[in-house]
Amino acid sequence: MVEVVKAQDSSMGEKALVAIEKLRAAFGDALGPTREFRGEHSLSVQAGNIREVCAMLKHELGFDVITDLSGVDHYGEEPRFEVVYLVYSSTHRCHLRLKARISEESPVIDSVVSVWSGADWHEREAFDMFGIHFTGHPNLKRILMWPGYPHFPLRKDFPLGGLPAELPSTASPAAGSVMTAPMAGGPFVAASAMQVGASSAEGRPSSVRREPRQYDNAAQQLVKLRVPTRKESV
Amino acid sequence: MELVKPFGTSPEGNDVIVTRLDAAVDWVRKNSCWPMPMGLACCAIELMAVGATRFDISRFGMEVMRFSPRQADLMIVAGTCVYKMAGVVQRVWEQMPNPKWCIAMGACASSGGMYRSYAVVQGVDRFLPVDVYISGCPPRPEALLEGLMALQRRIGNEAAVSDLRSEAHHPPGNIPQGPILIQG
Repeated sequence: MVEVVKAQDSSMGEKALVAIEKLRAAFGDALGPTREFRGEHSLSVQAGNIREVCAMLKHELGFDVITDLSGVDHYGEEPRFEVVYLVYSSTHRCHLRLKARISEESPVIDSVVSVWSGADWHEREAFDMFGIHFTGHPNLKRILMWPGYPHFPLRKDFPLGGLPAELPSTASPAAGSVMTAPMAGGPFVAASAMQVGASSAEGRPSSVRREPRQYDNAAQQLVKLRVPTRKESV
Repeated sequence: MELVKPFGTSPEGNDVIVTRLDAAVDWVRKNSCWPMPMGLACCAIELMAVGATRFDISRFGMEVMRFSPRQADLMIVAGTCVYKMAGVVQRVWEQMPNPKWCIAMGACASSGGMYRSYAVVQGVDRFLPVDVYISGCPPRPEALLEGLMALQRRIGNEAAVSDLRSEAHHPPGNIPQGPILIQG
């Protein structure tokens, strides 16, 4: 069974290699090194040539599907950002991955919506989350966050709990603004109700205190319910 | 068969029941809460279960789900509320006529749940006056029914007319009697 899978992978990988060779013949220095991992091939492309490379992939080499397009933040490296294109050929039945690096000072790259219209929303998401601008995109606006949101949440220097921001409400301003979420030492690290007594003694805010609600009677309720502490239950 | 005549008979011969106006209005209100199902995530599935035959919300006069806020008086926020949705939820709430009540169903609506995230409102009580919090992820349908019944008890004890709660708008986190906490 393993042999069969391997054979399929290698034949698909060879088809991808053939496509890469044809691209190299056409673009030469614009293409960087190729990486192979388990029969899948990744090709580095100069950001300035991405649209031409993609157009050739689609119109001459039969890569008719864009499976995914995403941004990557290599925080601390230069160039910082990377756009990854996962393309597929339904005629050759093989995958190919393109990668293009762009700098932090000018996170701009050509849009490939004119090649694959399916890239439209993916590019909008990469713009929304990383602040990568796709020139030539027909409708480059935020897709998940609201218009006017000042940050790019998937950048590595953006805290998970968020940053304060204005919240343009359709109703009255009582809906308030975006607050930083209480992380309590990290995501998914929360003191349970069991620990209320112990954590208060150590001076840390208990889960009841930490919640931004009027739970003044909640602690009393817990006492009333006779919730055992960890030690008692052991 | 003779009808029960607890408080006597009017000059015209019709039956008369004497009660306080508050009690009469409360009795009407608490048994005809029309919910606005603000289903935002998976809790809405449990909300639908509550509306279906097995759990049968209609036993409490609450089966009339109204998708127009103008015909609803109980908003059940069921699910994760992201900031982008908060303005919409608040607008729907403000379109509901007074008197109105609010249930935060599940962990997300109550506190943001497991989503300690830049995108999720850490509890809808940041912008809605929540009467009942129901824990659980999602809560069992029985827990929602318990919350509904607890709310009915509260509505039944309000001074509906003399206090004219209907005129008072309670800001977030300022429910006079304090919130009801239901263990889901």
